[in-house]
Amino acid sequence: MREIVIISGKGGTGKTSLTGAFAHLAASKVICDLDVDAPDLHLLLRPERERTEEFHSGYEARIDPELCNRCGQCAALCRFGAIREGEEGFTVDPIRCEGCKVCVAFCPVDAIRFELKHCGEWYVSSTRFGPMVHAQLIPGAENSGRLVMVLKQQARDLAKAKGLDLVLCDGAPGIGCPVISSLSGTHLAVAVTEPTPSGRHDLERVADLCRHFQVAFAVIINKHDLNPDEAARIEAYCREKSYPVLARLPHDPVVTQAMIQGLVVTELPENAFSRELHQTWERIARLVNGVK
Amino acid sequence: MIVAVASGKGGTGKTTVTASLATVWNEPLVAVDLDVEEPNLHLFLHPTLEGSDLAHLEIPVLDKSRCTFCGACSELCQFKAISVMGKIVMTFPEMCHGCGGCIAICPEKALSPGTRELGEISWGRTGRDGQVGFLMGRLRVGEAMSPPFMRLVKAKLNAMLAASPRDAIIDAPPGVSCPAVNAVLDSDMILLVTEPTPFGFYDFQLAWEAFTPLEKPMGAVINRAGLGNDDIHHFCRDKAVPILAEIPYDRGIAEAYARGRVIAEVSPTLAATFGSLRDKIRALAEESRMREVAHA
Repeated sequence: MREIVIISGKGGTGKTSLTGAFAHLAASKVICDLDVDAPDLHLLLRPERERTEEFHSGYEARIDPELCNRCGQCAALCRFGAIREGEEGFTVDPIRCEGCKVCVAFCPVDAIRFELKHCGEWYVSSTRFGPMVHAQLIPGAENSGRLVMVLKQQARDLAKAKGLDLVLCDGAPGIGCPVISSLSGTHLAVAVTEPTPSGRHDLERVADLCRHFQVAFAVIINKHDLNPDEAARIEAYCREKSYPVLARLPHDPVVTQAMIQGLVVTELPENAFSRELHQTWERIARLVNGVK
Repeated sequence: MIVAVASGKGGTGKTTVTASLATVWNEPLVAVDLDVEEPNLHLFLHPTLEGSDLAHLEIPVLDKSRCTFCGACSELCQFKAISVMGKIVMTFPEMCHGCGGCIAICPEKALSPGTRELGEISWGRTGRDGQVGFLMGRLRVGEAMSPPFMRLVKAKLNAMLAASPRDAIIDAPPGVSCPAVNAVLDSDMILLVTEPTPFGFYDFQLAWEAFTPLEKPMGAVINRAGLGNDDIHHFCRDKAVPILAEIPYDRGIAEAYARGRVIAEVSPTLAATFGSLRDKIRALAEESRMREVAHA
């Protein structure tokens, strides 16, 4: 079984639109949306949920005002500035609480409860392109890295159970906790970039991240024609680092037109962008099968 | 006044809007890049850096000779960053959130504070005559936790504002989970930059849901207006989120951005758009401050 994660560093380069098209073009796969924070792939694939599970992770401290003797020990120990003293005594700000349990352990009168947090939901669904595993973190919640790990494991188990030989994942922007989680155990990271100063800068950081975790790395330059000079700099960077450039795609409104119809671009009538994507997908498939 | 520029969906134009506002701002200002995973603001504002610091998180260091393997530390740790198995203690510094609990609870004082590098904080000046302050955080590649690093960047911002009171505009990271919430948490108002596509709209709703509990005034900027549909306009009307500016969908703007231009400087029309946005941000913040005063 092989696993591909589509990432980008910078947001808005076209990760999800391209992942959707690859989900259409790949033969036998489980589709997985690892951008659990702001997932969008379902808007293209319109999954029908077959299984819904709650995601609980981490804890939150809560002070019982009846038991609290207002000694202030908790506020003094909290490194996250989450405990404040107000007119009604000490309270925990749930947004700042890290769930570290220090206040609970040191409270001399056991006045602090420690409750498991409901952070979101995850789903196993069916789509017109095959099974999909996805999730929605509650807006503002944390532990996205742990939810990414849950989704990946579910997707792998599902692929094994159904005899499918690929897990195709849409990743999150950035280089932090959810992206690091999405790279674990992956055979190939495909970065979608754009020829802008931010696109190139962020590509280099996400490439360094993949190198750090020893994940094979390849690049798609999307909106290639927006700035040919910057595109040439990205090509030169990839040559220097021996990262394969899998495609040079034009800035084409056809991608947004597909999105508005709830379709992936390769489902639209014959168009140049889609022809290019067919070849891109063949290159990705060859590449991932060659990765040890 | 601190304005946080956030978005939900990435790539909608947060940095473009932040950089443009910084160039048209007509009061003393610090421009802050809190998108520490992928900071880009410096690529548009070209600051002259005046200083930098490495930022660290406190992690435990074990003195084996004092340890009695009682396990109090690993029992307390919620992040699996320290574990005791028989007479073996293992620490996993990358997992540590820096709560200091293990060090505080150890009855033998066998744990002392060490450090893990989180990233680099840099500051300087930008703008004509260098009158705009600049501050950015750059997370170390391989570091998973941006919120503790962002807290240190914000502490530096507070020090800068205390030394010389002025406004601040914060370029926030995309998304709606802990890094994004951390970036907007201490602001006076939140500017949500979006685009009128299905992805933009969906993530805009998530952002609205994530930030509403913070009870801060919010305004929207619609970038690439004319690209998709009117869903965001309807949503904003329903939720009483004022649309403070619309930037048209235009290949010329996209190309100017791709060349690293600050789009407020591309045409007189865009300069006027951002001048008006600046005034509306002020008015919105002022209105909400007056409401608070009236409330109190």
